[in-house]
Amino acid sequence: MNKIGIIIQREYLTRVRKPSFIIMTFLGPILMAGLMLMPALLAIFSSSSKKSIAVLDETHWFKDKFESDEDYTFVYFENESVDNLKARVQQGIFDGLLYIPMTELSVPSRAEMISKKQLPMSLKRHIQTAMKKEIESEKLHASGIDPDIINSIRSDVSISIVRLDEDGGERETYAEVNYAISFILAIIIYFAIFTFASSVMRGVIEEKTNRIVEVIISSVKPFQLMMGKIIGLGLVGITQFVLWIILTFVIYIGFSSLMLPSVDPQTLLASESSLISEQLSTLPEMTDGYLSKVFEIIHSINFTNIIVCFFIYFIGGYMLYASVFAAIGSAVDNETDSQQFILPFTLPMIAALVVSNLIIDNPDGTVAFWFSIIPFTSPITMLMRLPFDVPFWELVLSVSLLVATFIFMTWISAKVYRTGVLMYGKKITYKELFKWLRY
Amino acid sequence: MTTPFICVKDVTKKYANHLALDNVSILVPKQSIYGLLGPNGAGKTSLIRILNQITAPDSGSVLFDGESLSQKHISHIGYLPEERGLYKKMKVGEQAVYLAQLKGVNKHEAQKKLKQWFKKFEILGWWNRKVEELSKGMQQKIQFIVTIVHNPDLLIFDEPFSGFDPINVNLLKEEILSLRDKGATVIFSTHNMASVEEICDHIALINNGKKVLEGSVMAIKQQFRTHKYEVFIHRNETADLTTEGYEILEREQVVDGSERWVLRSAIQDNNELLHLLLKAGHLISFREILPSMNEIFIQQVSKSKHA
Repeated sequence: MNKIGIIIQREYLTRVRKPSFIIMTFLGPILMAGLMLMPALLAIFSSSSKKSIAVLDETHWFKDKFESDEDYTFVYFENESVDNLKARVQQGIFDGLLYIPMTELSVPSRAEMISKKQLPMSLKRHIQTAMKKEIESEKLHASGIDPDIINSIRSDVSISIVRLDEDGGERETYAEVNYAISFILAIIIYFAIFTFASSVMRGVIEEKTNRIVEVIISSVKPFQLMMGKIIGLGLVGITQFVLWIILTFVIYIGFSSLMLPSVDPQTLLASESSLISEQLSTLPEMTDGYLSKVFEIIHSINFTNIIVCFFIYFIGGYMLYASVFAAIGSAVDNETDSQQFILPFTLPMIAALVVSNLIIDNPDGTVAFWFSIIPFTSPITMLMRLPFDVPFWELVLSVSLLVATFIFMTWISAKVYRTGVLMYGKKITYKELFKWLRY
Repeated sequence: MTTPFICVKDVTKKYANHLALDNVSILVPKQSIYGLLGPNGAGKTSLIRILNQITAPDSGSVLFDGESLSQKHISHIGYLPEERGLYKKMKVGEQAVYLAQLKGVNKHEAQKKLKQWFKKFEILGWWNRKVEELSKGMQQKIQFIVTIVHNPDLLIFDEPFSGFDPINVNLLKEEILSLRDKGATVIFSTHNMASVEEICDHIALINNGKKVLEGSVMAIKQQFRTHKYEVFIHRNETADLTTEGYEILEREQVVDGSERWVLRSAIQDNNELLHLLLKAGHLISFREILPSMNEIFIQQVSKSKHA
């Protein structure tokens, strides 16, 4: 076996055998599913503690206009003193008191919400909307417009976006789902690249501080050691993702066959799974119609595309950052000293996350385009754009630039690395690093 | 001198702002133990790194058994650096096999040989333990084994005895001597002059990037002889001690009327000196006091410092 292979093997095996790797492999999808279930669980949790609100309306405008729902019960009082009701709130009989005082004006415009504990913002909005609506229709009525006409004018609009395929077919897209996937992809790849690139750096620092590096580079070239480490750890990352995808898929199949006995597992097998499926399919109060909609959404996502691109960008972004981090690791004596060198390289990635709103807002805009072409940000931004379909030539350009940059950075890093690993106990400056490039 | 195994010729190595090696040439005879001496920062490590092809010289050449030094020689060299360590979290046996593999030994072979060595050093029980569980001395033993497991023709030890207790130092010395006897050439870098006298056949002294001295230990000692002698003698009462041939520096009575002298001779030839001494009395023993390597080292280093 050639030497780089031996190094890759060691780096890979020592990491994959670690208990932390095995735990993360199984915990990852569960954590992810848990994270997505959280909102649903919270919803269930909060609805169980229904809040009762006393309403004292001196204007008599809003009698029975606030409808009790699963979160709030409204109890109406007349001819009660405010202080009396306040006392009841104090005693905890009511969670809050909505007090609409008498006004000099013909139309009430003010209300007070009195409570012992902080009430949720949603309640305020709920009341505000109801009052506004009532006052508006009252005013319209006063100006002679029939409320029925008003109601017939008011209408809920739901827009489903249909995009034309290359081959002219129509495909319904679900913007919200795409947003969610975009964010999740961006965050996963951000953490993945940083986690694995930092562990390359830690590995290099470890070899340097425990002084094994000199023994090793008397047997292999520094470049071989560096590349062996980068490739070995990259393979660990890929293994982790493959296992996660398989596990998630298994969970999905298990779950869907539980929820949808009528669905043929074969058709499910034919379509790819994703983490998002869990979130969508575990929302409470599932009706058959809702569930089938969920599966329709899941099937509308092009997972093959996303997974393939995820791996390409993970490998590219990882190689780029790992080689930079390896060089930084070689130049310092401990992790604390590495911070000043890491920062300039992490900034672009953080910037890519910061502009994520802009990109999701307009996935084909200028910002999105440039961020997905520049190699230091492209792994994050391009993945965010992916669920919204990206022109093929942009993908090709972005990937080739990424590959070219990581080859260039690896070459630079190798130069720094081979000098750096043999330097002990010296504080390194940027000036010094540039000098090493010329050695 | 026998045929040189390693021939370093006019090697110069410059770092950003200092000259680490300045036209250094050394010849390491085959199957010898060659001591590379010099104070800290003299350039020993730079030279050793060049021999290991960790760095390349700016100018000059290195011949390995007559051939120009190249990548293929890496598996023929065993190197124990001064700054040495092991992966702390890895198991001892696994790690030793890994390092042997990097030297080009195949896995199966490495396991077999390592187990033999572990048995010889009585540390086979450590095979499955993690390095971090071992003491520093134990780790050094493992590093030593890893250095020699691939039967290298050239062994380079940089301060090999630091961190060992006297018993293990002895074990190591014997092992190094037996490796030489089996055909290996050993380059040995150290500050420990006592060990140099004990095991080195040849030495080179490097200071400030320049070679100051080179040669066999005996020849160098001869070169720096100060013509001092230690003599035990039953003095002839009538003899005249103020001869022209020598000067008595120390004189003390030992039991039964004999005396111990330390004298400096003005005569180059020991036979002639003996003739003179025989006239002075009944000679019991006669020994030339050669300078220790330590004295030569200090003298040479401070001389070049003043120069």
